[in-house]
Amino acid sequence: MSLSLSPTNAISAVPAENSKIAPIIHLSAVGKRFGKNQVLANIDLDVHHSEVVCLIGPSGSGKSTLLRCMAFLEEYDDGEIHIEGRLLGWEIDDRGHRKHAGRNRLNQARRNLGIVFQQFNLWPHMTALGNVTEALVRVRRLPRQEAEKKAMKALDKVGLSEKAKEYPARLSGGQQQRVAIARALAMEPKIMLFDEPTSALDPELVGEVLAVMKQLAQEGMTMVVVTHEMGFAAQVADSVVFLDQGSIVTRGTPNEVFRDTNHPRLRQFLQNYLDRNAFWHTTPEKTS
Amino acid sequence: MFDWPTFLFSLPLLGKALLITLQTSLLGNAFGFVIAILISSMQLAKMPLLRRLGGSYIFIFRGVPLLVQLLVIYYLAPMFGLPNLSPMVAAVMALSLCSGAYIAEILRGGLMAIPSGQSEAAHLLGMSRPAILLRIELPQAVQSTLPSLVNELVLLIKASALVSVVGLADLTRVAQNLASSDYLFFQHYLVLAGIYCLINIPLTMFGRRLERHLERSLA
Ligand SMILES: Nc1ncnc2c1ncn2[C@@H]1O[C@H](COP(=O)(O)OP(=O)(O)OP(=O)(O)O)[C@@H](O)[C@H]1O
Ligand SMILES: [Mg+2]
Repeated sequence: MSLSLSPTNAISAVPAENSKIAPIIHLSAVGKRFGKNQVLANIDLDVHHSEVVCLIGPSGSGKSTLLRCMAFLEEYDDGEIHIEGRLLGWEIDDRGHRKHAGRNRLNQARRNLGIVFQQFNLWPHMTALGNVTEALVRVRRLPRQEAEKKAMKALDKVGLSEKAKEYPARLSGGQQQRVAIARALAMEPKIMLFDEPTSALDPELVGEVLAVMKQLAQEGMTMVVVTHEMGFAAQVADSVVFLDQGSIVTRGTPNEVFRDTNHPRLRQFLQNYLDRNAFWHTTPEKTS
Repeated sequence: MFDWPTFLFSLPLLGKALLITLQTSLLGNAFGFVIAILISSMQLAKMPLLRRLGGSYIFIFRGVPLLVQLLVIYYLAPMFGLPNLSPMVAAVMALSLCSGAYIAEILRGGLMAIPSGQSEAAHLLGMSRPAILLRIELPQAVQSTLPSLVNELVLLIKASALVSVVGLADLTRVAQNLASSDYLFFQHYLVLAGIYCLINIPLTMFGRRLERHLERSLA
């Protein structure tokens, strides 16, 4: 019996007409160094409206850094990142030098982004509802009542309206991560970025978070997901990007990438994954 | 041995003095807390200049004895040809500046213990730096350092005995006056000691209660 990853392609790859219109995220020749360490080099990546892109790759390949650059949590050194056509984080001055974009400009660009991290990053002194309401009140300046209504809707969406009054410490990891997703969703972002949203969870809690993400994808949310959940990538992603040593090695539909035989590093990465997750005989039975 | 009539006669005076002591130390603690918020967030800021300023503040106000600070502040204004500060103002200023340094160190510890992801998440949602400090970080820092903060208030009330040097009629000063008028030194100072001790009881109870309340909501 062989345990292979078979992309079901429930959601088909990007419709052809979609790729003609401008991408919602556009990276060209993006590079990033930490000191002398070149962590990302020459990254070109387009993400279109409603597309789900999964970033996979070995540990240390730069997946998190790439995602963080897309939110300008890390300042990229080379190239350009455009979100909805606007340059992210930098401004080009008269002499062609780039300087930091003002706070307002950056926030404007970030308004479109919702981000979910591996470590939920909930605020432990606020209830689930408080966590989701906070930015609606402080940033969007909604009256509290209206903000709470909106927050409840977001919590409902992740299936947690009953836990609204609980503090994070009383929620399971899966529930906490769903609250974190609700907190991002309440701000009505156009793009959701996920950095290994299920990696800190007990295995039996992974499913509930992935289910919420799957539903989001089906509703047409544009998503970039760093994940080690190949099953999720196979079922939900429109395209899978394999990153290795700071460069994009290949990009394609799950079908293409998971059956790719041209890239030894990718093959090895997938084989490692299969070996690690195997609980059955993964090699064909020996003929006796 | 214990002269009860004298004791009873001294009570109204001591009562008034108690109010002065409480007023100076509570005001000092309150302003000190505000100063501490500023100083501790300066110390944790990215800009080196801010960090250095915050550090210098603590170096100075924690390093110089409170008694000396009081004297310097009290006699500073006349140096510039200004009228003397009132003893009350000088006392509250000195207590605020000094406790500000100590509380800042306590808060800094509490702030550093908060995982940076929490403020990163707030930042990404568009919250401003002050909003993140006041809404996300400070409540947690206060909660985790509450015993030390209450302790700091207790210390400050005791340290406020020093304000008598600028002529403020606080508990210690009034007891001294009483003692030097009737030479019942031991009795008056014993009563004084008792009063300082008693002030702690409601404070400690309040602190415990607050802690339990916070624990219950966060457990
Ligand atoms: N703040 C930082 N300062 C210096 N080096 C960093 C920093 N963050 C990441 N790096 C380095 O950049 C490289 C890429 O790290 P990154 O976290 O992006 O990898 P990753 O693909 O997300 O790995 P993982 O799967 O383990 O999360 C690593 O070599 C890492 O050591
Ligand atoms: Mg990572």
